[in-house]
Amino acid sequence: MSRWRDIAAEGLWRNNPGLVQLLGLCPLLAVTSSVVNGLGLGLATTATLVVSGLTVSAVRGLVRPEIRIPVFVLVIACTVTIIELLMSAWLHDLYKVLGIFIPLIVTNCAIMGRAEAFASRNPVPAAVLDGLMMGLGFTGVLVALGALRELAGHGTLLDHAELLLGPLGEGLRLEIIQGYRGFLVAVLPPGAFIGLGLLIALKNVIDTRRGRRSVAVPVHAHGHGSA
Amino acid sequence: MDAGARNAALSALLLGLFAMVGTGLVALTHALTRERIAASERAVLERALHAVMPPWRHDNDLLADRIAVTDPELLGTRRPVTVYRARRGGRPVGVVLTPEAPDGYNGRIRLIVGIYADGTLAGVRVLAHQETPGLGDAIEAEKSDWILGFTGKSLGKPPLERWRVRRDGGDFDQFTGATITPRAVVKAVRNALIYFRHHREALFAAPASGEGEEEAS
Repeated sequence: MSRWRDIAAEGLWRNNPGLVQLLGLCPLLAVTSSVVNGLGLGLATTATLVVSGLTVSAVRGLVRPEIRIPVFVLVIACTVTIIELLMSAWLHDLYKVLGIFIPLIVTNCAIMGRAEAFASRNPVPAAVLDGLMMGLGFTGVLVALGALRELAGHGTLLDHAELLLGPLGEGLRLEIIQGYRGFLVAVLPPGAFIGLGLLIALKNVIDTRRGRRSVAVPVHAHGHGSA
Repeated sequence: MDAGARNAALSALLLGLFAMVGTGLVALTHALTRERIAASERAVLERALHAVMPPWRHDNDLLADRIAVTDPELLGTRRPVTVYRARRGGRPVGVVLTPEAPDGYNGRIRLIVGIYADGTLAGVRVLAHQETPGLGDAIEAEKSDWILGFTGKSLGKPPLERWRVRRDGGDFDQFTGATITPRAVVKAVRNALIYFRHHREALFAAPASGEGEEEAS
């Protein structure tokens, strides 16, 4: 059981694609002007990670080392294209908002990285869990950064939730700060860099705190933040 | 055949197989979603058309009754611009044009402009733009009411020389921190009205080109 927990902890925290590996920064910085955009792209990326992890792991005995990279590229590109078509059909407005960043999921290094480093060396269930956890870790960063920027930029949260949830999302918009005039920098690209920097700093502070607390017990090579 | 060549052939075969399966799955998804995607795109376009040409004013299908015209000078683009025609009982009610404002602060602003047959604006909306968030994006109907102010205006109301933003001595408000964006939009709307005045009869008379592949959105 500890192995499953380990995979989860890797993706969600210790080796988080957005905060530690710093992979897929282009979409991460570009779409996170609101919670809904971040969540939408995060879920699309998670779906890609799960499907590509599953496929790559399932065919790992079949694929020879010399053609493995083209096969991975093929698997990832097909997965993303299919997800893009599905989003265009069922979440058309969100698809329009996210635009070019959906097809660009193909180029997110986190996906290729997981296929090569994990899925191609592990059995299917582990690969699927790894894809899911890496995806959720990435989604978490997108949502946190989206929330930070939307709150600082517009004073709202979950604006346009109907793009993702349809009629269910109507009225989910939270006006956190009444009569807020807006803070432009947070919405513009610099806000994305500053916000991500703050999130990484926060993670490092938490890791350091935890490390210090456990130092009292056994002295182990601990808390040497890998970021 | 030596072992190396056989290995290479096997790899190529395997790669080909993967490509075929992958392409097959994508083709299958495409076939299954095509109608739904077309319907979604149609719905988006219809929503935009309704916003600038009230649906109760006409009884024809705007999407079917359309033509393409080209006028780089007044419509802001060298590409053909789609014109949707609204009629009631066969009589002209108005048109919806999709001109561009070529001189936005950050590139072209694509507009959709509804004009009644008498030359009065039925409504104006922005289809696509890359103006600065928080400043120039006030031209979006959901960010501010500014764009709604065009409804009911025409070339005589205000007079032609007042079709400018206030800073240039006209009747239209600019935004705090952004003059170029509204200036571009005002000019594009004015030019669309001038285009309509010059071509009104021809626009309604031309035979419809029907629903082609090219969507306006």
